[in-house]
Amino acid sequence: MKNNTPVIVGVADLPLENGKFAGGENVLQAQAKAALAALDDAGLKMSDVDGLLTSGVWGLNGPGILMPVTVGEYLGITPRYMDSTNIGGSVFEAQLGHASLAIQSGQCEVALIVYGSAQRSARARSFGGRPTDLNFQYDVPYGLANPVGTYALATMRYMHETGARPEDLAEVAVSARRWAQLNDAAFKRDDLTIEDVLNSPQICDPLRAADCCLVTDGAGAVIVTTSERAKDLKSQPIDVLGFGEAQASLLVSEMEDLCRLLPAEMSSRRAIEMAGVSLTDIDVMQLYDSFTITVLLTLEAIGVCKRGEAAQFVRNGRIAPGGAFPINTGGGGLSNMHPGMFGIFLIIEAVRQLRGECGSRQVDDARLALVHGTGGYLSSGATCILGRA
Amino acid sequence: MEYNKPIPVVDSDSEPFWASGLSGKLKLPHCSSCGKFHYYPRTLCPHCHLTDLSYKEVSGNGTIYSYTVQRRPAGNEFKDDVPYIVALIDLEEGPRMLSNIVGLAPEEVAIGQRVAVQFITVSDSISLPVFQVQK
Ligand SMILES: [Zn+2]
Repeated sequence: MKNNTPVIVGVADLPLENGKFAGGENVLQAQAKAALAALDDAGLKMSDVDGLLTSGVWGLNGPGILMPVTVGEYLGITPRYMDSTNIGGSVFEAQLGHASLAIQSGQCEVALIVYGSAQRSARARSFGGRPTDLNFQYDVPYGLANPVGTYALATMRYMHETGARPEDLAEVAVSARRWAQLNDAAFKRDDLTIEDVLNSPQICDPLRAADCCLVTDGAGAVIVTTSERAKDLKSQPIDVLGFGEAQASLLVSEMEDLCRLLPAEMSSRRAIEMAGVSLTDIDVMQLYDSFTITVLLTLEAIGVCKRGEAAQFVRNGRIAPGGAFPINTGGGGLSNMHPGMFGIFLIIEAVRQLRGECGSRQVDDARLALVHGTGGYLSSGATCILGRA
Repeated sequence: MEYNKPIPVVDSDSEPFWASGLSGKLKLPHCSSCGKFHYYPRTLCPHCHLTDLSYKEVSGNGTIYSYTVQRRPAGNEFKDDVPYIVALIDLEEGPRMLSNIVGLAPEEVAIGQRVAVQFITVSDSISLPVFQVQK
């Protein structure tokens, strides 16, 4: 019987200079280059691609319209499976699940997941300009800067309920920076102390600039195929063992419990169950760090620690290089790069860790990884469990 | 006085809500099937998914569930207001609203404070509910 277990056979991201595309690429050029590099990593050709999954905040008539068609046309391919799910930065963990299902059911054989954003080059990031219709009519008039405002409200409540201190949040940022210092490609590599974080500019109380992810360009690609096809390929295949996705609220006023990241709870439980592993088997985690609070809420939601205990958990460098619980080993969205939707880079880093390609930041004998994306305003979550055979 | 900040694009769900403050009352949709209020206003009850809804007056009293002080404005229209307080208010009747705390220095706001509604009329059909801490 043919083995159609989904495996990742290629990953790539585009090099940046000072947080911008080195060649001044636009979003289509950047995605094309990332796709070619990932195919090259796999030993496949563009003409092998018959499934295309992409997402983003660029596009015709505003974000999202005809996105896979635009990318597919530019790449010169005519995929028979496409996906343009657009649920924020967690989308690529969701799309890795979708690609896996499509591959298992024979809808496609070689899936390309690809993303690009030139937001730093375009100076496109702003707190203003959101529409005031539909759901947004209830929060934009009150001047909540989003996404940071939603995360600030969650942080304030979290500190109130758990006694977590600004120093604990800062620990997450400092740990990310220490990982970034081991990653030549990371944008922010200068020394960062707890005190530096606590003295960084105030944005939305209690969050400061150093609690917030970077604003950079970025493009990445992931190639998924069957384990059967992977036998003839040059790269070491990484198994997609489990996945799950979930959504909760768009508006922060709809979030019943600001200290409980429900989408992460739901998606991670399903992914772990599907993979047939237990949380303690995981060697390395990549957890979306849009803000320092996101990491604390995610650690609790996926069950690494109990409610209210994540602040204590991360103290004394536990999640930093050399610590007992390595996460976000490339430096994360806080210090490596963050091109609007970071989730694809979590997958890429996990694959590199599982292949043992990470040099001085390599986690010893990493065989099992958990990747979790959080999207929107604590809105959506998607989890994947990846493993080295 | 001209109001220069973003105002809601009213639809038939929200029209009675935004207009309620014009007469100094806060009204929210109430479901006669499950007996619960909800916010923000919808065509169906988000609790039981039935549609037996009518607007009813609520007390306008609540407590601060969480807040943030915006040190950076949410766009240029808010730049003269910083620092300003955005808060989540748990109303006595159940729903949670996002709004502003007005008339209070940012260093004096705290979770758990009791607040009462007041209104800022921004057009002929829209009055924004905001909240003031009860002394
Ligand atoms: Zn109801």
